[in-house]
Amino acid sequence: MTVTQMHSALPAKPWFRYAVVLLVAAGMLWAAFSLYLVGQALFGAILLCLAACFAVIFSSGKYYGVRFIFPGIAAVLVFIAFPVAYTIWIGFTNYSSFNLLTFDRTVEVLTSRVSIDQSTEQPFAVAREGETYRIWMPDSRLLSAPVTLSVEETAPLEQSDAPVTLLERRDAIALREGLGLLTLETPDGVQLRNAGLRTFASVVPEYVRTGPDELTRRDGTVLIANHRSGFFETSEGEQVPPGWRVAIGLDNFERIFTSEGIRGPTLSIFIWTFAFAGLSVFFCFAVGLLLAVILQWEHLRFKPVYRVLLILPYAVPSFISILVFKGLFNQNFGEINMILQALFGIRPNWFSDATLARTMVVIVNVWLGYPYMMLLAMGFLQSVPEDHKKAAALEGASALRVFFAITLPQIIPPFLPLLIAAFAFNFNNLVLIFLLTRGLPDIPGTVIPAGQTDVLASFTYRLAFDNAGQEFGLAGAITLIIFLVVAAISYANFVAMRRVAARRSGVGA
Amino acid sequence: MIVERPRDLLVKKILAHGFLLFFLTLILFPFLMVLSISFREGNFSVGALIPENPTLEHWVLAFGFEYTRPTGEVVSPPYPVLVWMWNSIKIGVIAGVGVLAIATISAYSFSRIRIRGKAAMLDGLFLIQMFPTTLALVAIFAIFDTLGEVTPVLGLDSHVALILIYLSGVTLHIWTIKGYFDSIDRALDNAAAIDGATPWQTFRYVFLPLAVPIMAVVFVLAFIGFINDYPIASVLIRSENQMTLAVGARLYLNEFRYLWGDFAAAAVLSGLPITIVFLIAQRYLVKGLSEGAVKG
Repeated sequence: MTVTQMHSALPAKPWFRYAVVLLVAAGMLWAAFSLYLVGQALFGAILLCLAACFAVIFSSGKYYGVRFIFPGIAAVLVFIAFPVAYTIWIGFTNYSSFNLLTFDRTVEVLTSRVSIDQSTEQPFAVAREGETYRIWMPDSRLLSAPVTLSVEETAPLEQSDAPVTLLERRDAIALREGLGLLTLETPDGVQLRNAGLRTFASVVPEYVRTGPDELTRRDGTVLIANHRSGFFETSEGEQVPPGWRVAIGLDNFERIFTSEGIRGPTLSIFIWTFAFAGLSVFFCFAVGLLLAVILQWEHLRFKPVYRVLLILPYAVPSFISILVFKGLFNQNFGEINMILQALFGIRPNWFSDATLARTMVVIVNVWLGYPYMMLLAMGFLQSVPEDHKKAAALEGASALRVFFAITLPQIIPPFLPLLIAAFAFNFNNLVLIFLLTRGLPDIPGTVIPAGQTDVLASFTYRLAFDNAGQEFGLAGAITLIIFLVVAAISYANFVAMRRVAARRSGVGA
Repeated sequence: MIVERPRDLLVKKILAHGFLLFFLTLILFPFLMVLSISFREGNFSVGALIPENPTLEHWVLAFGFEYTRPTGEVVSPPYPVLVWMWNSIKIGVIAGVGVLAIATISAYSFSRIRIRGKAAMLDGLFLIQMFPTTLALVAIFAIFDTLGEVTPVLGLDSHVALILIYLSGVTLHIWTIKGYFDSIDRALDNAAAIDGATPWQTFRYVFLPLAVPIMAVVFVLAFIGFINDYPIASVLIRSENQMTLAVGARLYLNEFRYLWGDFAAAAVLSGLPITIVFLIAQRYLVKGLSEGAVKG
C-alpha cells in the first residue's frame, strides 16, 4: 500500500488544517516582513522561504510524506547549514570591531555627532507654569514660550522680564531628559540646545549628509564613502571610524597566508590540532581497549564495581572536571604540584611551559575520553568469536599474539567510524582547551592572540570573542579551513561506515 | 588459555586487581581531592590533602546562604549557583523536549515513509551531523545580535535564542531513533494500514507507544548534552543571572579572584545529580551509539 492510497483515507477535517496552516504561515510572513523592515533582508528572505515551503507542504495532499520530514530538515538547514555558511561568508568580509555596523547605522552614528559652539554658551533657569515650563536666559534676558519638556519641540525665545519664581537648580537638573529634547530659537534665528547641566548653546552637527555616499564635515571637508574599505574617507585617504561591513574578497585569506605574524602561528596551531586529536584518540583507544580486555577476563571478580568506577570520568559533566583539573594543576597552589614537590621535589610549570602544557592537555583529555572507548570496546570484544581465539591458543599462540592477530583485526573495522568521529570531535575540542589553558602559553611574536595549546577551534573563538579586536572576518576565514578538514574527515567516516554496513549485510547474506 | 594452572591464575588475578586498583587511584584522585577541598578552610591549598579543620563554609555558600565565620565575619555567596543550575535545567528540559519531538517524527519518516530523495537526505544528515556547531559560533553571534534588534526575546542573553540554536542537535538523535524504528517489524504498520490508519495515525498510535524507552534515553542524552554545552552558551549569554552552569562555573577560577574552595563545593553540588542521571542512562547510550551508528 502506498502513501497516496493511505492518504485518501484521511479523516475529513481539512478546514481546520487549512486554518492552522494559514495562521502559522501568516505569522511567519509577518515576522519575515518585520525583519525586512529593520534592514535584515537576508534573514527575512530565509523566513519567507520557510513560510512558503511550510504553506505548500502542509496544504497540499501531494506532499503528505514530506510533512513528517519537514521539521527535521528545516531545523538542520536553519540551525546548522545556514550558520556554517554564514560564518564562512563572514570570512570574506571585514566584519570586526572596527567595521561592526551596517552602512545606514554608520551614517546615523556620524551624523548624530555634534559639537558645541562655546561662544554662544549661556546659563539658563527653568520657570514652572502649571503643567508647562518656560526657559529663562538671564544673560540675554530672553524667555521661551511654554514647553511641555516631554516631546521633541522647538520654542521661540522673546525679550522679557525675569519670571517671578524660578525652579531650584536641583529641580531643574531633574528635568534634564526633557531639556535634551528641546530646541530654542532666538529672535535672530539662532538655534540653541541644552549643552550641559547649566547651559544652553548653539549646537552644530559634526557631519551633514550631502549625498547618498557623501558627508561634509563642519570644517568643510568632504568625506566619500569607500565601499571597498568600509570607511568614510577624505580625499587624502584619512579614514573616519566607525566603519561598516563590506565584502573584501580574499583579503582575510591573504592575511593568513602572507602576513608573517599570522601565518606562523596559524600553521603551528594547525599542526598541533592534528597532533592533539591524533594523540588523544590513540591514547584513549589504547587505554580503553586495555581496560576492556582486562574487564572481559572471565576470572575477574567485582566486574560491575570496576566498570562503574572506571566510567566515572565520562559521567561527570566535562566542564566541571576540566575546571577541577585546572585547579589541581595550578602551579602555585595546585594539589598535583604539592604532591610532586613532596615526592620528587619538583614543581613543573604546567601552564607556562609549552611542552608541559601540551602534555597536560593530552593527559586530561585521555582521562576524559578513555571510558567512552572502553565501553565501546567491551561491546565489540563480545562479538569476536570465542572459537577463533581457542583455535589460535591450541596452536600455541601466546595471549598477546592472539590479541594482536585475532582480536584486534576483528574489532578495528567496526571501530573505525567511531574512531574517526572521535578524531573529528577532538579536532574541534574547544571546550577542553578553552576551560583548561585558554590556549596559553602564548606563541611569541604574533600579532593576534595565538597560544601553544590552541586548537583551530579555540583559536577562532579567541579571535572572535576574546580580545579587543573582535576579528570576526578573520575567524570566519579560519573557519573555512576547519570546515574543509572536517568535510574530509566526515567523508572518510562516511566511507568507513558504508564498508562496515556492507560487511554486515555480506555476513548476513 | 583453555587449561589454566591454578598458580599462574592466582598471580594473574593479583596482577589484574593490582593494576585496576592502581589505575583507579589515579583516575579517582581528582574526585576525592575536590570532595576534600570543598570541606577545607579558605580558598587556597594549605598543605593538607585531608582537611584538618573541616568547615561547611563552602557548602553553605554554594546553597546561596550567607556564612558567619567563628570570628563573626559574614561571607556572602560569590555567585548564584542555584540560579545557574535552574537555568541549565530549564533550558535542557525545553530544548530536550523540542529535539525529541523533531527527532522522533523525522526518524519515523526516514524509517517508514516513502519520499523521493530520502537516501540522499539521510546521507546529507550524516555528513552535516559531523560539523560541530562550534564552527558556526561567529554566525550564531551575528545572527542573534541582529535578531535582538528586532526583539530582545531573540537577542543575546536570551534563553529562547539558546534553546532555538540547541534544536540543531537533532541530527544524531534522528539516527538513533531511526535505528530503533528500523528494527520494528513491518507487519505491524501493514496491519495498521489495512485497518485504515493514516501514516500519522500509525505513528501516533503504533510507533509512539513503542518508542517510549528509546525516547526516554534520547531525551536524557540530549538533556545532558545541553547541560554540558559551553561554547554556544558562552557566546550568547553574558549577564551573570542568565548564565547556565557551564558558563558560570568558570568564573570561580578567575585569576584575580581565585575561589578554589567555593568552586569545589559548587562543583560537587551541581555535578552530582547530572552524574547520577548519566550513570543510569549510559548503558543505553553505548548500545545506541555502536548499533545506531553502524546501521545504514
